[in-house]
Amino acid sequence: MSLLASIRIALIALRVNALRSALAMLGVIIGVASVIVLVSISEGTKRAVEAQIASFGANLLIIRPGSSIFGGRRGGAGSATPLTDGDVLALANEVPGMAGVSGEVSTSATAVFGGVNWSTRVSGVNADYFDVRAWVIDEGRAFAPAEESSGRRFVVVGQTIVRELFDGADPVGQTLRIQGQPFEIIGTVAAKGESSWGADQDDIIFMPLATARQRLGAGQRPPTRDPVSVIYADVAAGEDVDRVIADIEDILRVRREILPGAEDDFSVGNLAEFIRARNETENQLGLLLAVGAAIVLLVGGIGIMNIMLVSVTERTREIGLRLAVGARQRDIRNQFLIESIVLCLFGGAMGLAAGIGGTLIYAEIGQLEIAVSPLIVGVAISASVLVGVFFGLYPAQRAARLNPIDALRHE
Amino acid sequence: MSALIECRNLFKTYQMGDTKIRALDGVSLEIEAGEYVAVMGASGSGKSTFMNLLGALDRPTAGYLRVDGASLDQLTAEQEAEFRGRSIGFVFQQFNLLPRTSAVENVALPLVYAGVPAAERRKRAMARLEQMGLAERYDHHPSQLSGGQQQRVAIARALVNAPQILLADEPTGALDSKTSDDIMALFDSLNRDGITVILVTHEQDVADHAKRQLVFKDGRVVEDRS
Repeated sequence: MSLLASIRIALIALRVNALRSALAMLGVIIGVASVIVLVSISEGTKRAVEAQIASFGANLLIIRPGSSIFGGRRGGAGSATPLTDGDVLALANEVPGMAGVSGEVSTSATAVFGGVNWSTRVSGVNADYFDVRAWVIDEGRAFAPAEESSGRRFVVVGQTIVRELFDGADPVGQTLRIQGQPFEIIGTVAAKGESSWGADQDDIIFMPLATARQRLGAGQRPPTRDPVSVIYADVAAGEDVDRVIADIEDILRVRREILPGAEDDFSVGNLAEFIRARNETENQLGLLLAVGAAIVLLVGGIGIMNIMLVSVTERTREIGLRLAVGARQRDIRNQFLIESIVLCLFGGAMGLAAGIGGTLIYAEIGQLEIAVSPLIVGVAISASVLVGVFFGLYPAQRAARLNPIDALRHE
Repeated sequence: MSALIECRNLFKTYQMGDTKIRALDGVSLEIEAGEYVAVMGASGSGKSTFMNLLGALDRPTAGYLRVDGASLDQLTAEQEAEFRGRSIGFVFQQFNLLPRTSAVENVALPLVYAGVPAAERRKRAMARLEQMGLAERYDHHPSQLSGGQQQRVAIARALVNAPQILLADEPTGALDSKTSDDIMALFDSLNRDGITVILVTHEQDVADHAKRQLVFKDGRVVEDRS
């Protein structure tokens, strides 16, 4: 018997008991729907995390001085000798596999343009900084490496500055005053929005590191010469991050004259690792929920099996007749198997619709960006077919193995 | 030239709890192509078991059974199904039509399993319905047909594969006497056209239509009159 004919027979059989079929499908509908909602949400979360990581810089390492250790007395965080321009240079030149390295010093300052003033944060950075921290130049340009130590009064401003001081107009070429000194705006950076802890990342003015030190006295820590408060390093794609971290540690231990066996007085942090680790916990919760969805699907499958067994019993005479007119056992088995699969596919389609609806509602309420991927449609369909085959096989086998005489006599 | 149906020392025993029931107890006979045979006997005499064996719905416990060139004691399940579809047309007391399925689709059912394409199925089924005088009711469902009409649809279905043998189990058992006469006249004419008709009945006037009567008792043929 052809597949199409079998599907037609299955559809007729299901329509005859429409309500019963619908109730039997319910478990599959709910199961598939919850699988889809869960997959979508976990996909959405994963994407949000990746976006967060990308906004920091994909393989960003953060190097800070640690606590000082002085005769067994440990100072607080950052109390150790600061890192310096020399360290930045050493890391850039001596660690293989580095895409970019930049130091940073920062201070608060008041910027004035026209009659408007705005208190903001000023960061002195190296030219690599924009790439390392994944800042995209929006208008104008960033400063070149050659301009880093020139002491020239160039600035690149964030979008909050553009909005507050320039009413959103392109400020490139304008001169603003910071702490009473004139600075030429050579570029703007595209908006990054709020950081994960709620700070406005766009409320910022960048200038060359040397300029920030000389003109604004940023980051001065006597007696250290040319200190930086933090170094950001970007590991080139495809490089072994752990190896790069080890290299950084080796170089800094030598430069900071740390004796073998003594503790590091600095830290190398891997932000992406941290975020991923935090996300692991959320994934485990997701796994738990997925197990729940699988159980619902299992119960749904048992419902399908139950209704298929009822169907086989009800149609015993029909089975007997089909056997008498030349149906082979496998014809009967396939007929009921297809009926079970069709039933599950219907349930799966409805579950798919319900799941997508549920996902969209969740996204709306949770203000999340969740896309329903085509992969999910595949998952829903294959889950339905699998349930149909798995739970339909036993009833179908039972139908196929009926003795024709007993089946024909069945009342 | 051997007979169409040939059985020798046919045994069939059922296990019912602790007791063994000998439904067939050594049956040997031959039926030639084109015969018109009535199988008679009280219930439990073995006549139904005999029919089931002839139609490959059941297998003999022991003995030799050859029907239309097939050794029924040796077939696999798949070969049995093929044999039933090719050689035998079954007619049942309760018609056994599929509900919610049109007359023409009921008639075409055996062709589905014989692998005949849809258009050809319909053509052949319509031809058989016409032969039964039911052409204009081809799209009626069984519930819309009278008992006699239903049985004629069932006979059309039995004939659609052009089998050698028509096996009818109490074909008039569910019909009134007038309709019974019509159905029996139909069997008579089918037999005149050359088809081998074997019917199981306990009614003498039905059996009288046949040219040969086999009477079963306790699993044996006690009478074989022509």
